[in-house]
Amino acid sequence: MKLNGGQALMRSLERQGVEIVFGLPGGAILPAYDPLIDSTIRHVLVRHEQGAGHMAQGYAQATGRPGVAMVTSGPGATNIVTPLCDAYMDSVPLVVITGQVPYAAIGTDAFQECDTTGITMSVTKHNFLVAAAQDLPQVIHDAFHIATTGRPGPVLVDIPKCIVDPRNPRSALEWYEPDSHDLPGYRPRTEPDAAAVAAAAELIGAARRPVIYSGGGILKSRAAEALLRFAELVQIPVVTTLMNRGGFPDDHPLCLGMPGMHGNYTAVTAMQRADLLITLGARFDDRVTGKVGAFAPDAKIIHMDIDPAEIHKVRRADVAIVADCRVGIEALSAAVAARGGAEAQADRRQWHETIADWQQRYPLVYAAGEPGEALKPQFVLEQLRDATPSDTVVCAGVGQHQMWASQYWRFNHPYTWINSGGLGTMGYAVPAAIGAKAGRPDRMVWAVDGDGCFQMTAQELVTANTERIPIKVAILNNAYLGMVRQWQEMFYGERYSEVYLSPDLPDYKGWAEAMGCVAMRIEHPEEVRPAIDKANEIDDRSVVIDFRIDTTEKVFPMVPAGASNDDIVLDPSQQPPPR
Amino acid sequence: MAPTKRHHTLVVLVENKAGVLARVAGLFARRGFNIESLAVAPTDDPRLSRITLATDAESAPLEQVINQLDKLINVVSIRELPPAESVERELLVVTVNAAAETRGQIMDLVRIFDGRVLNVGPDKLMVSMSGGPNRVDDFESLLRPYGIVELQRTGKVALPRLAKAGGEVGEF
Repeated sequence: MKLNGGQALMRSLERQGVEIVFGLPGGAILPAYDPLIDSTIRHVLVRHEQGAGHMAQGYAQATGRPGVAMVTSGPGATNIVTPLCDAYMDSVPLVVITGQVPYAAIGTDAFQECDTTGITMSVTKHNFLVAAAQDLPQVIHDAFHIATTGRPGPVLVDIPKCIVDPRNPRSALEWYEPDSHDLPGYRPRTEPDAAAVAAAAELIGAARRPVIYSGGGILKSRAAEALLRFAELVQIPVVTTLMNRGGFPDDHPLCLGMPGMHGNYTAVTAMQRADLLITLGARFDDRVTGKVGAFAPDAKIIHMDIDPAEIHKVRRADVAIVADCRVGIEALSAAVAARGGAEAQADRRQWHETIADWQQRYPLVYAAGEPGEALKPQFVLEQLRDATPSDTVVCAGVGQHQMWASQYWRFNHPYTWINSGGLGTMGYAVPAAIGAKAGRPDRMVWAVDGDGCFQMTAQELVTANTERIPIKVAILNNAYLGMVRQWQEMFYGERYSEVYLSPDLPDYKGWAEAMGCVAMRIEHPEEVRPAIDKANEIDDRSVVIDFRIDTTEKVFPMVPAGASNDDIVLDPSQQPPPR
Repeated sequence: MAPTKRHHTLVVLVENKAGVLARVAGLFARRGFNIESLAVAPTDDPRLSRITLATDAESAPLEQVINQLDKLINVVSIRELPPAESVERELLVVTVNAAAETRGQIMDLVRIFDGRVLNVGPDKLMVSMSGGPNRVDDFESLLRPYGIVELQRTGKVALPRLAKAGGEVGEF
C-alpha cells in the first residue's frame, strides 16, 4: 500500500495505541496535521508548546502509557525542551514529534530551523532524525519501544517536512508494519541476578535497624503491590520519596512518609540511624541525602535499579541488583520467604519503638492561624484533602506549595501524585493536571499551585476549557516566589531580592474567568471548605481558587542545602531533638 | 576507590550511524573531561564502528562516564583497555626541515624507528612512522631539534593483548 509520510506517521501512532496527542501546528509540521483529520487520534490544541510537553507528562504519569506531543520546528521544538528535560530527569515515557525544515534546507539557517536533535541530545533517552519516508514506520516503532522499556524516558523524533509533504516525491513510501527492532546497543535488563537477591535477603534478615527507601522506580515498574507485600512480609518501615508518594499508602502503619530536605523528622532520621537501606528504584538524590558524606553513616546499602548507571553513582552499594523493581521485589520476597520469612528476621522491636517515639514527638506541625489572620497553606491543604475523594489526582508545581502538598496530603493510591521532582520546573501543575485529566477522565484532578508557578503556564486553562478537560486549581497565593523568599529569610539575612510578586496583580479571579473558568478568591478560614465543596460540584468547567495565604509561612522541617540530615531544622514550636 | 588521574584508553563499539560520535563526545564534554586522542573507523562489520579514545580522568568519575556511555542507544559495548593488557599503535606523519647537512641524520632516525620517507623536497622531508605511543613520542622528540614544519598523529588504536599459549584469547 502506497502512503505518504504524514499518513504513515498517523498510522504508526495508531498502531502504538495512541489515543491522544498534545500539540500545536506550524510550518514544518503542517503536512502531518492534515492526515490527523482522518485519524482516530484525539488532538489537544495547546496554547504554548511547553504546555503540550507537560500535558503529555501528566498523561503518562497518570496512566502509565507513553505521552505523545507534536510540535513544529524551531521555536516549537525549543519550547518543548523543558518538558523533555523534565521527563528525562523523572523517567517519564514520552514520544515527542517535531517538524524539521525540508532535508535540502537543513543547515542553511532556513526559516524556523534549529538543530533539534543536537539541542535535545542530552535531555532525551534517544532521538532520531528521520532520513527517509520509508524509515518512518520503523523509527516510530523503535521510539515507543525505547521510551517505554528499561528506565523509561523521552524520545524525540525529528521529521523533515519533505518526508510528510504529499506534494514532495520524497514523502512516498510502501507501508509496512515493523515487528522487531534492530537496536544492538539496547538491551535493558529486567531479571535480577539470583546471587545478588540471595545476598540481599541475608542482609535483610540480619538487619536490626532497616529502612526501605522507595523511589519513583516503584511507580514506573508498577511495583506498588509488590512493595506492599514485601514490606509486610519483613515488617520493615518504608520511606516514600517525592517521586514515590502514593507508591506505598501513607495510612499504612509501616509508612514513614517523605524523607529529604523537607521530609518529616522520622523519615529523615530513620534513614540516618539505619543499619540497612533497602533502596528500591531510588537514586540517592541530593535532596534526599543532604550532605552525602554524612548520609546514613552506619547503613549498608542494597540498591535495586533498572538503570545500571545508578548503581554506585552517589553511594556505593553493598549489594547491587539491576532489575525491574516489580520483578526484583518479587524475587526478594521469595528469597526472604525461602529463608524462613517473617520468623527468621532479626529482633527489631526496639527499632520500631524508637520510630514510634519519633513519630509521636516530632510530627509535622504548623501554628494554626488566629481568627482574622491570613490563611495557613497547611490548613487549606488539609481541608482540600479531606473534602476530595481519596483517589483524587494531585498535581503540583515547584516550590513551597509543592512541599506542603506532599507533606499534608495522605496519598493512599499509586499514580495520584504528579509533580516535577528532578528538574523542578515551575509551571508544571496546570498543564500536567490537564494531561492527567485527559488520561483519567473518571478521576477528580486538582492542581495545587503557587502564584509564581501559575503565572508561567496559566494560559493552558484556555486549552482545558476549550477541549472540555475540566481541572481544578488551588493557588496558594502568598504574593512571593515563596521558596526563594524562605531561603533569603533564613540564609541571606532577610535581604529579599526580586521575590515579591503582588497578591492581586494579576487579578487571579478575573484572569481565570477570562479564560472560561469558575473562579473564587478566599481569604478567611471559614470560607475554605465551602469554596472547595463548590469547586468539587463543578465538572463542566475548570475552577480556580485564589487562596490568599500567610506570606511569612515557611516549610518545615528543613535540612539546609549542603548540610547533614542530622542538622534538620524543625518547626519553631518543636523542641530540638537531643543529639 | 582511590582517585587516580592517568590516561585511560576506552574502546567503544558503536553503530555506524550519523551523530553517534557527537553523542559519545558530548558525555565527556558535559563533565569537562578532555579527549586526548581519538580514532574512529568502521570495523570488519560495516554496521559497526570502533572508537578508541584516550582521556585524562580520575577513575571514579570515569566509571560513571562509562556507565553513561553504555546507556547510549547506539553504543553496543564499551571496554577500558589498561596498557598492560593491550597492544596500542599510532601513526605519525611529519614534515621536517632537512637541509643537506642534516638529511643523513634524519634518515638514520627514520631507519632506526622503522619509519618511511613519503615525500622529498629540496630542504624538507615528509616521513611516517608507526608504533606504540611511547615510541612515537620518542621519534617525535628526536626529530624536533631539526625543525618540525607540520605534524599529525592519528590518535592511538588498541586491541586486547592475546593470552599466552594455552590460555584463552581475550574476548571483545
